[in-house]
Parts: sequence; structure tokens; C-alpha cells
Amino acid sequence: MATYLFRRLVQAVLILLGVSLVTFVLLYLLPADPARQIAGRTASAAQVASIRAQLGLDQPFFVQYGRYLASLVQGDLGRSYLQRSQVSDLIASRLPASLLLMVAAIACELLIGLTMGVAAAVRRGRASDHVLMVGSFVTVSAPQFVVGLLLLYVFAVKLGWFPIGGYGTASHLVLPALTLGILGAGWYSRMMRSSMVDVLRQDYIRTARAKGLRRWTILARHALPNAILPVIAMIGIDIGLFMSGIVVVESVFGWPGIGQLAWQAIQRVDLPIIMGVTLVSAVAIVLGNLLADLVAPFVDPRIKLQ
Amino acid sequence: MSALRQTEAVGAGAPASTPVLTVEGLTITVGEGAHRRPLVEDLSFTLQRGETLCIAGESGSGKSLTSLAIMGLLPKPGPRVERGSIRLGDADLVALGEREMRRVRGDRIAMIFQEPMTSLNPVLTVGRQLTEAIEAHRDVGAAEARRLALESLEAVRIPEAARRMRQYPHELSGGMRQRVMIAMALALEPDVLIADEPTTALDVTIQAQVLGILKEIQATRGTAVILITHDMGVVAEVADRVVVMRQGRAVESGAVAPLFEAPQQDYTRALLAAVPRMGAGAAAGEGTRANQPVAEIRDLTVRFPLKGGLLGRTVAEVHAVAGVSFDIPARQTLSLVGESGCGKSTTAKAIAGLVTYGGHLSVDGRAAQSLSTTDRKALRRDVQMIFQDPFASLDPRMRVGDLVAEPLVIHGIGTPKERRERVAALFERVGLEADAMRRYPHQFSGGQRQRICIARALALRPKLIIADESVSALDVSVQKRVLELLKELQDEFGIAYLFISHDMAVVENISDRVAVMYLGQIVEMGTRAQVFGAPRHSYTRRLIEAVPVPDPARRRAAFPRLVGDIPSAVRKPNDPPQRLVLTDVGEGHLVAAE
Repeated sequence: MATYLFRRLVQAVLILLGVSLVTFVLLYLLPADPARQIAGRTASAAQVASIRAQLGLDQPFFVQYGRYLASLVQGDLGRSYLQRSQVSDLIASRLPASLLLMVAAIACELLIGLTMGVAAAVRRGRASDHVLMVGSFVTVSAPQFVVGLLLLYVFAVKLGWFPIGGYGTASHLVLPALTLGILGAGWYSRMMRSSMVDVLRQDYIRTARAKGLRRWTILARHALPNAILPVIAMIGIDIGLFMSGIVVVESVFGWPGIGQLAWQAIQRVDLPIIMGVTLVSAVAIVLGNLLADLVAPFVDPRIKLQ
Repeated sequence: MSALRQTEAVGAGAPASTPVLTVEGLTITVGEGAHRRPLVEDLSFTLQRGETLCIAGESGSGKSLTSLAIMGLLPKPGPRVERGSIRLGDADLVALGEREMRRVRGDRIAMIFQEPMTSLNPVLTVGRQLTEAIEAHRDVGAAEARRLALESLEAVRIPEAARRMRQYPHELSGGMRQRVMIAMALALEPDVLIADEPTTALDVTIQAQVLGILKEIQATRGTAVILITHDMGVVAEVADRVVVMRQGRAVESGAVAPLFEAPQQDYTRALLAAVPRMGAGAAAGEGTRANQPVAEIRDLTVRFPLKGGLLGRTVAEVHAVAGVSFDIPARQTLSLVGESGCGKSTTAKAIAGLVTYGGHLSVDGRAAQSLSTTDRKALRRDVQMIFQDPFASLDPRMRVGDLVAEPLVIHGIGTPKERRERVAALFERVGLEADAMRRYPHQFSGGQRQRICIARALALRPKLIIADESVSALDVSVQKRVLELLKELQDEFGIAYLFISHDMAVVENISDRVAVMYLGQIVEMGTRAQVFGAPRHSYTRRLIEAVPVPDPARRRAAFPRLVGDIPSAVRKPNDPPQRLVLTDVGEGHLVAAE
């Protein structure tokens, strides 16, 4: 177990290194000039050049990247160009809100997705199956900002059940979590349905029926644990999807998380923040996958961590 | 029909008592309206307490559907019982609702299935799967359910039953799993046990043990057993009465001895005639001398590393093949026999160049090592394979003509027109019509597909064909015809066969020479007459003795007692197992010292 975790840790470091390099290259190639952005439209060429030199942006690529890595190793993500504060502080202050949103969204998508998937599989080929699958298709196809605005309009503006935006209470959480989770729910319902249909055809389900077990016992005890395995692996990968989702959803609902931070930074070409948020997302994805892999052996005794 | 009545009357010599189970006029159909067709038609039989009734038949005969109908487990939507009754005591199971039927299942009628590897739930412990069956029908606490479960595991003589309760199915061997299935089925002492091909997926020695356990428990508890099987050897071994089914109808039924002795119906006679029998092959072609070898195998080893630890070092090795040497004589058949995991298939794969191996191997004078690319291609051409599963070994998206022509294309032989002609000739030779070339694999039956695989193997005019369990998945009548075809082709094209099978009777019929493998090594090798007629090694004897004889008059008095699982072939790195030394006991009959 210890060696397994160590191996995964080494892997994680390599992944983060790769992510940092790719992001850095992309930002380096960006046509937008951060120095011009900071100096403002009216600044002279000399002023822009001095800011550029001050930020070290006039250095060759590898010197810039080397400096960034050197401070990264010391836990320093750099300073924001425009907000005059440490990137790590900015992220730390906004991360809890995003994590809360993410956990709530995962709960939403699992609850909705798995229920829909199991229900559709059990009623395979009947009308309710078709309705559920068309429903999942619609949620998968709808862009998140459309879903968000629709939910806002119906439940906040028209019905007034939930606040229009902001952060603080549980009722603030419902609409953004639902918006973020509904896309995944569509995916999971389809995945769970096909996985469940497959499991229900297995010999051991027939054995369970031959024992005279109740229908619900067969579903809950024999089918579900087997059917959920591919879904667990999926949750780990899903966190990457969430990261892009929260940029949209946090902007729509005014949720003060790192998605909003990233969105503002992109508009202002605030490179250190963009780098920082990207790395934090990468860490989240790596951790999510690790967690999924660690949980799997508890569900399926055949899986051994190696 | 009158013949059926006659044999029924012979079977009725048993003491008349109320039967446990009565099936009358059972008709199972599938489809609606004009598409409706019967899968089982007008089937009737009775089952007495303590009796074993065998339902025998080939695939598509409706024998498994019948058992599922009795259990009320016909897949939905799908086939359904249209007419007839299934009476258990006073209740007609056909008329019962799902709720009542659930109480019958597992309690009064229990069932075990063919595939022990997939019939147990992989994520639940053996103990849990046993106790839940008990708790579903008896109002007992957890401790009492556990005690009953343990008791039934011990009844099927599973060693260390208490420890097994905590294990998961994947930690048990196939034979152990099937015993767990039996324990599960018998825990509640049902009136009727339905066993659907319970030993088909098991090795012969394990099959003998499992059949023995079934018999023993039946004798002590008086359970009535319906055994569904395609294996007439098993029928002869355990049945009191037999129903022979074909295409959904009972062809013949009656007590086992007269049915085997004097079958009334043509189909039964044909079925019994097709059953490969030990000793039948030995009479023909006695004293065949080994030809010049077409392939020489020396000291062949195949190891699969098991990786682990921080840097993925090799922590253990599976010694799948632990040093075997033999010659495959030209124009003759050498068979490798042994139980699953003995390394016979891996040996075949090594010779075909499908796994990396150690040792020396040459085909037709060409050594496989130190070969140039062209030589290696020539060697590939000389060795072809036919696999076990004719359904899985043909690409479903290719036309069968293209599948057979593919080896020619790969090796750049002939123009498209020549290739077409050659493929057409091959199709004709293996007994398929030439215009079948344009069809797809799913349009053929299992036997026809295996013929296509044979045509594909023949396309390159190889010197050696490796047939890995190539007839194991076929019904006996089809199997017989495919074996005949293989023999004809051998005489015609002068091909040598390396024939791999777990079925001793088939091996005895087709082989010139036989090698018996155990744990990756050869324990005995010689001519067919030497190995089957005068087996020297105890393992060879055990294998031969375990084969059920398709003759109820020669039923064995006692089944071999429980022996443990075969020891593991997994060893520490650089610790190869000790090599067995084969000594010649006369006329090239090689036997390992014990």
C-alpha cells in the first residue's frame, strides 16, 4: 500500500510538471501582452517595456519557466499582476467555496444519474425507459449556461424559491449545484443503465433469482455493487469536467470560487493566476482519480492495488 | 410415438409412488402471431423421490429451457410456457404468481448451473451468498444461518469450510466453486435439484468428484435430481431414467440400462454412436511407428512474470511450461492432454509463435531462433492454428471468403483470381458450398464455422496444424463429423496435427501419439496404445479412470475420493521447478519417475 501510494505520488509530480509546461507554453504564445494590459492604453512604449522587464517577461522562455518552477518548488505561485496579492492567498480564499459547490454537484449528479440509470435498466424497453433516456440526452446536450439561466429564470425569478445569486446559505447552493450536476447526471444515467443492463444478464443474477431472493435484494445487493464499478472510475475523471464547468456556473450565479477568479484573470491576462488555477485543477483531478482507485478495491475484492 | 410409449413402460417397473414433480404436455413458445414457434413441444415426464432423471440432448434441444421453465426463470421478454402443467406436490408451478414462485425457488426446487466461474457473485463472500439463500426462506438469525451454511459446505466436503466462508469466489478453483453452488442449492434440503450441465466446464477428475458428491448427498437425503447434460458418458454414469430430447421434443425416454442397450429411435442410436468411446480407437491402426519429425521441441519453457513492488520488479513467476521436449511426427497426430492450467495451450501458443518462450524449436528443419525475417514468415506459414471457439475466432464483420483468403493476402500468395479459386476449392473440400463465401460468420452454425476455421488453417498448405480444443465446443454428432474431416485432410495433404484436448475419449480416437502434461511438464508420452492401454504414471491413470464410460453396465462402484486442488505453478523468481526425468520403459514409452 505504501509503495503504491509512493508510486502514485511520483506519477502525480510528473503530471503536474507536464501540465505546468504545457500551460506555460500556451500562455507564452498568447498574442495578448500582459505588460500592455497592466500599463493601460495610454502608457508609452518605454513604460510598457519597463513593466515587462520588471515582470521578467523580456527573458527567454526557458529562463521564465525555470524561474517559475524554482519558486513553485518553494510553494510560491507568484503574485497577481493586477490584484497586488499572492496567488496562493487568492486561491486559498476562494477554494472552499468551489469545493463546497463541487461536492454538492457530485452528490446531485450521482443521486439523479444513478437513480435514473437503475430505473431505466430495470424497466428496459418500456416507455419509462425511453422517457428517461430521452431526458438524459437532453441534459447531456444542453449547454451549462443555458441550463443555469433556465433554472435561474424558473426557480429564482418566477417562483422565487431560491436566491438569484450569491453565497452563504444552503439555498444559495441549490441552483448552481444542480446546474453543474445535471450534465453529469445525464452521462451517469446512460452509463449506469448500460452497466446495469449488462450486470442483470449475468449468471450470478440468475443464481440469485434461483435462490428465491426478493427482487429488491437482488438489485441492491447483487446488481448494484457490480454495476457501479465503472461509474466509480468515471467520477475521478469527471473532476476535470467540473473544473471547466465551474468557470461558467460560478460566473452565472456569482459564486465566489476559483472559477470566477480564473474567468476574471483570463479577461485581464493575469498570467500567474491562470497558471495557479490550472495547477490547482490538475491537483484536484489527480487526487480525484487516486481517490476513485483507492475506493474501487472496497467495492470489488478482485481489484488489487499495484 | 408408439416406440416412446413402449420404452416408457419399461421404465415404469420402479415402485409406483406419488411423483415429486410431474411435467405434463409442456409447450414453450417464442414470438407472437405468425412468428410464433415452439421451442419445447408437448414434453411430459415424472420425477420420483430419490431418483436421478437425465434430460439429454444436443444444443437447441430445449433441455435448458425446460429447466428454466420449471424454476419460473424463463427470461422476460422471451420464451413463455404456452400449454401444459408443472406440478410440484399439489401446486401447478405454471399457474403460480411471482411471489409464490419465489418461495418455491431455492427452498423446494434448487438449481445449479453450468458455469461455476460466473454463477457466483464476484463482490460477495462465499459465506454471504450461502447465508442469504438460507435467510430468504427460513426465519433464522445470522448465527443460525451461518451454522447451516457451514454445515452444507462441509457436506460437499470443502476443506477448511470456515475459512472458505470468508473468501470471495475468485479465490476458489472451478471445482470448489461448483461445490459451493451445490452447497448453496442443498442447504435448505429441497425436494428437487435441477443441475444444468453441472460438470461441463470442469476437468474430468473434478467432474468425477462433483458427480460423486451429488450422488452421495442424493443417497443420504433422498433428493430428486434432474440432470441436464449433453454428455452421454455422464448420463450412463448417474441416471436412473433418461429423456432424450431433440429440437424441443422428447424422442425417447425410459430406464437408463435398456435405453443404452437397445435404443428404439434412430436419433438415440445416432447420438450414442457419435459418442467417442475409450478403447474404440485403440483397435484401429495398432503399432503405428513414428514418422520423421516435422517439428522438434526441446526444453521449451514459458514463464509469465508477476510484477509487483515499487519499480515493478518480478516478484514471482508462473511456470506455465516448465521444460518440455517432444517431436511431432510428420503426417501423424500428437495429442497433448491434461487438465486446465497444465500448460498444454501455452505450449501450443509457443510453437505457433504467439508467446515468447525459452528453449529450442524447429519446424521442418528450420530453427525458430536465429531466423531471418523471411525464414520466420515461412515458419509462420508452416504452422497454423484452429482455436476452440468458432464463434469468437472469426471476425463478425468480414465475409467468410475473405477470412479464409486473408492468410494468402498476408503472405502475398497468388493473384486475386487465383486466391478466389483456391478459397472456393477449400470451401468445397471442408464440406461447404462455394457460394457460402459471400456470407458472414453469424449465418453459419457452430460446426460450419469450425469448418471455415479449418479451411483458413489449410489455406497456406501448412506442414503442422495446431488444433487447440477445436472440437470441444461442438455437439457430439457435429464433433464426430469434424474429427472425420480432420483425419481425411491429414491423409490427403499429409499434415501433422498437434491436437490439444481435455477430452480423453476424443484424444484416444484421433491420436497416433499422446503426451500427458501436468504442471507444465510431461509426465508420460508414447503411442496411443502405450499411454491408454498400459498407462504407467499415476496421474495418467487417474485421468483415464475419471472419464465417464457411456455404458450404464460398466458404472463404477465408487467415485474417486476428494483430492485437493492441483498445486500452484507460481514460484519465486529464478526458482524453476525440478525437471522430471523421463525414462524409456520400452519401445519409446516415456514415463516420469514418481
